[in-house]
Amino acid sequence: MPAMAVVRALILQEKRDLRLLGVPVLGLCADLLIGAGCVAEVHSSAVSLGEAGLAPRFSEAVENNRVKVVDATCPAVHTALQATEKGVPFMPLRGVLGSDLIKDRPDWKVLQNPFAGKEDPILFVRAIEPDIALFHARWADEAGNVWVGRRRELATIAHAAKQAFVTYEEPKPGDMLEDELLAPGVISATYITATAHAKRGAWPLGIAGVYDIDDAHLAHYAKEARTRAGFERYLDQFVCTTAKNSSPA
Amino acid sequence: MGAASPIPATGVFLHQQKNPSLRVSRLHKRQGNPFTEGSRELFDLAGQGRIDLFFLGGAQIDGEANINLVRADGRRFPGSFGSAFMYSVVKNVILFREEHSTRVLVPKVEFISARGDPAALLTGKALFSWQKDKRRFRLESVHEPGDIRKETGFSFDGSHDSALTPPPSADELALLRGPVAKAIAADYPDFAKRVWGIN
Repeated sequence: MPAMAVVRALILQEKRDLRLLGVPVLGLCADLLIGAGCVAEVHSSAVSLGEAGLAPRFSEAVENNRVKVVDATCPAVHTALQATEKGVPFMPLRGVLGSDLIKDRPDWKVLQNPFAGKEDPILFVRAIEPDIALFHARWADEAGNVWVGRRRELATIAHAAKQAFVTYEEPKPGDMLEDELLAPGVISATYITATAHAKRGAWPLGIAGVYDIDDAHLAHYAKEARTRAGFERYLDQFVCTTAKNSSPA
Repeated sequence: MGAASPIPATGVFLHQQKNPSLRVSRLHKRQGNPFTEGSRELFDLAGQGRIDLFFLGGAQIDGEANINLVRADGRRFPGSFGSAFMYSVVKNVILFREEHSTRVLVPKVEFISARGDPAALLTGKALFSWQKDKRRFRLESVHEPGDIRKETGFSFDGSHDSALTPPPSADELALLRGPVAKAIAADYPDFAKRVWGIN
């Protein structure tokens, strides 16, 4: 669940030279940041708007060499973060052999399985330690824990990153770790650097069980962002606006 | 089934209507998704060999069954997603692409996102089987009479006088237009509206 409210703030603050890591893919947040000129490098297995189609600003920036792309494949991103979680320098992963992805990844190596009696090449991926984890959560409690439910890849990012910043939909009184039903969906405050309340902070994307993806808005964005002028118009209307919260209530 | 795959999903649901014990996991499902360990769980399942069948597509597909989801003709596409992994760890991979043209079906892809041995290649016009030993497709059937070689950028085996793909039976059509259409509409409303007029 991308922290869209923070993404809009980053654009307003005219941040530059960001390096984005998709876990394992990126969507609207990356397309907005790229279009607004905030991004130097994208590491991801894909950048797309899902049902709304291709990510137009990403495609345009890559086709004109304005953004460097480091292409990955989904499980390699998860595996590299899990290595960091465990404090080991690399982890092996099956598959991927024969893909051109490997040629552009000095941090991936195909080596012999040391435990096999016969020839058995296997991919090793170097651990990834992100500088910052950034995402939106359903709840944060008074103890500083956040709840992401079944989105356990967010826990992996928080565990692996040097710092984790989380926006949340609603405050929760007390300590969720004391609630046996909530605890399995919690990321402990140990891993969280700071939280901030952002109601509808995932909009126009959704948060399961609270609000759905705003499909109409996403389709509108996909259409506008096909041209530079349309993208600027979108920014003026929904990002660079004086309204405190650009999302419809 | 991966995301954004309404036609493969329709085929799988039809099959499930006839074989109710078939377990179908839909990545695209917005509510009640089967995975509880985050987005890595699908890949862990596949790595263990617990996924029997998966569908992959491509901006380009070549005669050696390589797929390209990264770049072609100066254009950038979204990226490889999990294909590089899934293609080699899942036992049965069906390559699917509705567009059957020389633009999509090329002699050699510009970038190999993933390489593997597919169970079949299905397009909007034809069905090919894969000959693993020869690393070459073989035409099994065409959906409508026509010169399929002219519309395919790679060479393949099979008779010039190819068989016609059998159309769905009356029972299958009734299932497609009934329970299958209803199930698909929940995840792919635009597709269901376009194909079956469901709102």
